[in-house]
Formats: sequence, C-alpha cells, structure tokens
Amino acid sequence: MNSSPALLLQNARIIDPANNIDEPGDLLIINGVIRRKGKARSLSCPANCLTIDLQGKWLVPGLIDMHVHLREPGEEYKETIASGTKAAAAGGFTAVACMPNTNPVNDNQSVTSLILTKAAAEGSARVYPVGAISKNSKGTELAEYGELKKAGAVAVSDDGRPVANSQLMRRALEYSSNHSLLVISHSEEVSLSENGVMNEGALSTRLGLRGIPTVAETIMIYRDLALAEYVERPIHIAHISTRESVDLVRRAKNKGCQVTAETAPHYFTLTEETVGMYNTRAKMNPPLRSADDLAAIREGLRDGTIDAIATDHAPHSVMEKDVEFDQAANGIIGLETAVPLTLALVRENILTPARMIELLSVRPARILGVTGGSLAEGNAADITVIDPEKTFIYREEDVVSKSANSPFLGWELTGKAVLTIVGGTITFRDM
Amino acid sequence: MESEYRFQHRHILGIEELSASDIGFILDTAESFKEISQRPIKKVPTLRGKTVIHLFFEPSTRTRLSFEIAAKRMSADTFNISASTSSAIKGETLIDTAKNLTSMNPDIIVIRHASSGSPHLLARHIKASVINAGDGTHEHPSQSLLDMMTVREKKGKIAGLKIAIIGDISHSRVAHSNIIGFTKMGAQVQVSGPATLIPAGIKQLGATVCHRVEDAVADADVVMALRIQKERQLDPLLPSLREYATFFGINRTLLKSAKPDAIIMHPGPINRGVEMTFDVADGEQSVIMDQVTNGVAVRMALLYLIMGGEDR
Ligand SMILES: [Zn+2]
Repeated sequence: MNSSPALLLQNARIIDPANNIDEPGDLLIINGVIRRKGKARSLSCPANCLTIDLQGKWLVPGLIDMHVHLREPGEEYKETIASGTKAAAAGGFTAVACMPNTNPVNDNQSVTSLILTKAAAEGSARVYPVGAISKNSKGTELAEYGELKKAGAVAVSDDGRPVANSQLMRRALEYSSNHSLLVISHSEEVSLSENGVMNEGALSTRLGLRGIPTVAETIMIYRDLALAEYVERPIHIAHISTRESVDLVRRAKNKGCQVTAETAPHYFTLTEETVGMYNTRAKMNPPLRSADDLAAIREGLRDGTIDAIATDHAPHSVMEKDVEFDQAANGIIGLETAVPLTLALVRENILTPARMIELLSVRPARILGVTGGSLAEGNAADITVIDPEKTFIYREEDVVSKSANSPFLGWELTGKAVLTIVGGTITFRDM
Repeated sequence: MESEYRFQHRHILGIEELSASDIGFILDTAESFKEISQRPIKKVPTLRGKTVIHLFFEPSTRTRLSFEIAAKRMSADTFNISASTSSAIKGETLIDTAKNLTSMNPDIIVIRHASSGSPHLLARHIKASVINAGDGTHEHPSQSLLDMMTVREKKGKIAGLKIAIIGDISHSRVAHSNIIGFTKMGAQVQVSGPATLIPAGIKQLGATVCHRVEDAVADADVVMALRIQKERQLDPLLPSLREYATFFGINRTLLKSAKPDAIIMHPGPINRGVEMTFDVADGEQSVIMDQVTNGVAVRMALLYLIMGGEDR
C-alpha cells in the first residue's frame, strides 16, 4: 500500500454521476481527501506529490459491493477479511458490505466489532458489516439491532437463511426503524425451493436435478414488499434473478414504495445452460435462470428498476465444490469480475457509463447510508480507475480471492480496474 | 454389425450420449450374447484378466446382481463395494474414493449413486471406463437398453411404436432414459401420471403428456408402469397409494384400450396392487421376466463394447 500526502490523478475521464459530471479532468488528493478537481492537465502537483497520468481512463467514485461473504470469522480457509478485501481492491471496490452468515453468525456487537477491528488492521477496503435479522439467523427472535448499530452494522439481513416467518419479518421492518438500519431481504420461499439445486425447467428435468421454481423467489418478494409497504418502511431486495421479481419491484416503485433492489453480474451474464454437465461453479442460490429472465434483469438495470449491482461474492474451497452437483455448496466469487461483466452491458448499449457507476457506487452508498459514491471536493478519496479497453484472461492462478469458484475462469474479459484508492491510499495498482 | 460403424464410447453415462446407431448396435450385440446365458456352461473368456468394480452407493439387489452375472459370464474379476462397506459414510468424497480405486487399476467401474451426475464426476477423475447403473433422478441407461431390447424382441422393431409410460415420471431415471431412448429410436412416447409427478419441461425430452391415463394407454404397443415410492405421500405429491392404485394403476379394464397385443413392462421391483394389478403383472402380456433376462445380455454387451469389442 502506498500512502502519500498528495496524489495527483491527471488526464482522466472523470465520471461522477452524483454531480452530473462526465468530462476529462484532473483530480488532486491531499491527506486522503479530494481536494480539487479541474480540467485535464490544469492542476499542478504540490511538493512531495505522486502524479499518475491516467491517459483518458475512467476515474470514478470508489465502487461499493453491498453484498459479499468474507467468511471470517469461522471459515477462514475459504476467505478472510484480509484476502476478501484484497480481492475487492483488485476488482476496483473500495468498500464492501459483508453478510452475517459467518460462524458465529454476526448477530451481536462482538462479532461486528471483531470484523471492524480486523478490517481496520488488515483490510484493503472499507468493510460495512451487515448484522443478522434474527438471533443466530434462526428466524425466531429479533437480533439486538441497537447494539449491532452501535458496534457499526449498517443493515440487517438473514442472507442465506431466508426469513420464513412473516411476523418476524414484519417486526424486523418495524424495529429496524428505531436504529436506522436497513433490512436486506434474501427473499426465498423455502417450502418451494427446498432441496432444489438449479432453476426448475426442461434442463433440470434433463439433468435429473431438483429444480428451484422462479415462484420461490417471486412469492417471497411479494410478501416482503407487501409487509414493507404496510408498515411504511424501506426494504432492500437482494440478488433478484427472475423476470417476475423485476416486475414486482418495478410495480412497487411506481406505487411509491421505498424499495430498492440489487442483482448480481451472473444473473445478467449467464443462464442455466452454464450448468452444462453438472458444473458446480454454476451453482448458486438463487440459481441461474432462463434467457428470458436474463433479458428482464438487463432491462431492469437499464430502466432503473434495479438500483445496484452486487456480486454476492461467495467463496468456497474445492472441498465444497469438487463434489456431486447436489452436494456442492451454493455460490461463486465475484469481486474480481464485476467490472468487466458490467462493462459488457455498456458495450451492448444497455447501460451508459454513468449508469454503470450509479449501479456500482452511487446507489449502493445511498442505500446503505455510507460515505462514497461521489467525487465532490472535501469527500474522502475513495476512487477507482477503470481501463475499459484492457483485455485479460481470468486465470485460476491470477485469482486474488482465497477461493477460485468462478464460472468465468478461462474467459477473456474486457475492462478492468487498474487503480483503487481508499481514503487516499492506493490499495491496488495495475498500471 | 460388419459395416463401417464403430462403437466409440469409453463410458456409458446416459442414453443421451448415445446415437440411434449406437443403441441399435448395442442391442444387436446383446442379442448375440443372449445365447451364452442359455448354454450349459455359461461363460466366455472375453474379459479374462479385466477388473470390474461395482460401486453401489444406493441399495440395489437386482441391478447389481445383473451386472455381476454379466461380468462373471465374461470371465472378468469383479469386486463389489456397497455403501455400507465404502468410506462414503465416513466422509470420504466420491473423488477420494475414485482415487483410491485407481490404485486397484480397474478397467471398468459400474456406479450407482443417489446424486445425478455422479458417474460424470467419476469419469472426469478416473482412467477406468464408467458405466452408470443409475444416478439420482437422471439416467439408468442399462435399464433403458434392456427395455428397448425386450420391446424390439417382442415387436420386431421400435420405430413407429406407441409407448405409454405411467407413474412417477419426476423421480424415475428409468423414465428419463426411456423417453430419450425410445424417442431416438423412432417410437412415440406418451406419459401420464399424477400431475405432481410429471416434471417441468418433460415435453422437451420428447414425450407427450396425457392428463388421463386412458389417453396415454389408448392404442399403445407397450405399457410401462413405474415404481411408486411410498414416501412420495409426504412431499406432498400423493394423497394415498390407494388413490394412486385406483386412478393410475394398470388394470385389465384400462388395458382394453391398448392394442390387443400390447406388452406390459415394469422396471421392478413391483408393488403389486399399486402400480398394476396382480393379474396384469403375472398375465400373458407381461414381459417383466424377459426384461430381467435381457438385462444380463445388455450388460454383457456394454462391458464388452466399452472394452473395445475385441476377442469375441
Ligand atoms: Zn442470499
């Protein structure tokens, strides 16, 4: 890591949607803060300053991944706070929100504090802990939101262990208001999805794999939206994957409900066909869906129905993945591939560059209520530089995360984060 | 059999991977092997010195026995590893097991496993040839081949026949393999059963779905009933076995709508009185015992062909 009192980023294309900026320029960082922006090659370097000529590459507010699994505490053989945030930095992320399904579950202040202490000492990105909705994520009693908030949690979620009990979800939405915590719902009706291992349809039948119907997701999103509307509370829906889910969120937004939603790059890049002959690297929950669902997700990203792209970075070792398909763990890593996969949508004219940055930075910051998402002067210097043309092959040996469970290994990808800066400190540099 | 055609599969993972010519060739080979089982000395030296491991992670008497007889009649050395004696329960993964088996240098591994796709996983990690003896709810190719052999033997052909498959299509690997196989061979497959047991997208495998069993059986040349598992009541997929027997079981009255010379099949073991009545199961249209006999011949053919088909 390179900490220098002053850093001049010269000759960039500054894309800062929060301030309606997309133009060539320079940006000067002093003492970790964005001190000044100016026209290209207009700013000069104060004494003892590092200057980097960006040659027209994109300079954007630091990317924020609002849905990752860092596995610490409890499963450090898959990922740690150190390795996960290093992967985040390599992927262009300056901040991540980590889900509470660790061991022990992050349902109390001591786990939250531990995560924050580790992140401060060993992290390469800001870490925002997400606390549990219920004690031990068991879905029966509310977790202590006041203490979680005081310790530094930014939201609550029972991600991975969806809240089955509607009363508990209602109470979570209500009680979270006292502590200004956002409720993030992994919406899944488990009685419909139980034992399912891939999207239900002709392919699951052909492979003899138990299917997860799209309605398992839709029904629960409907419930969660209805509850949030009823108690007049905001709700964030995690990793939506189906056409109906996009429609439900769109309708709720049109009605004026305070709903936000995220999807993951794999849902707008891959379909269930990737499962092929039992490829466990294509196994996640929710599962990869049909081409029609993929098209609807892309439309939701384009028209603003979907607010954020979050990776659901879920590291697993070969022990969990190199097994029978139905025995394999759900989830794939995503931090290092989000930028090129999203840029593919820009190249297909589905997203503008500004919209891409809204999805990966501006909106996640606002939804979570954290710093970032803007290059306004005076803000902490959380900055990502993206080379949209850079082509690379994503090889297993290049993976920064401790686990390599990605369906994109071997892909030729275009576009890459080449410089990541958190609070003025360079956390990753590949230029 | 003397043409340019060559059988080129090293593994038998599913009917899906086989072409119509492959299937025809396997059935021809199996027919020629059938005679061996009728000799007083039922043994040929074809696979002498070859090692066949039967790796069964699910209980099965019939299929395992059939494979074992087939291997023994070909003079192969056989070893049986069943779930109770294997390390699977001790937490050893399938790949660990495969690697350990490699040290025994087997030529063929016959695997049955509750997880769909496990033979494919095994085949990726082992040098030996792999035969799928039933994987989860995916495929059961040797059963399908013996079914096709039995039909071809009784009807003289497969193309153009109407095949009715009745029962739990969702959980039946036999049904999946048969829908693919019979369709590949030019037959028309109609399925029926409780709608809770008809899986999504079954039409894309080639089957026509009939809501009424009568419609599926109408004019059929072959009526195949599938085993219904008692625990299906809990899912909940069925109200009761009694209701199933009444509305989906094969009985004499229902059979009247099939072709007069229709044959009755069942992959076994049968729940008599549930999937079919006693008189149908044991009646003259039933070819259930022929299925068992042909099972050995088909498995001999598979062992022979994946070893390269030499030294006849
Ligand atoms: Zn989740």
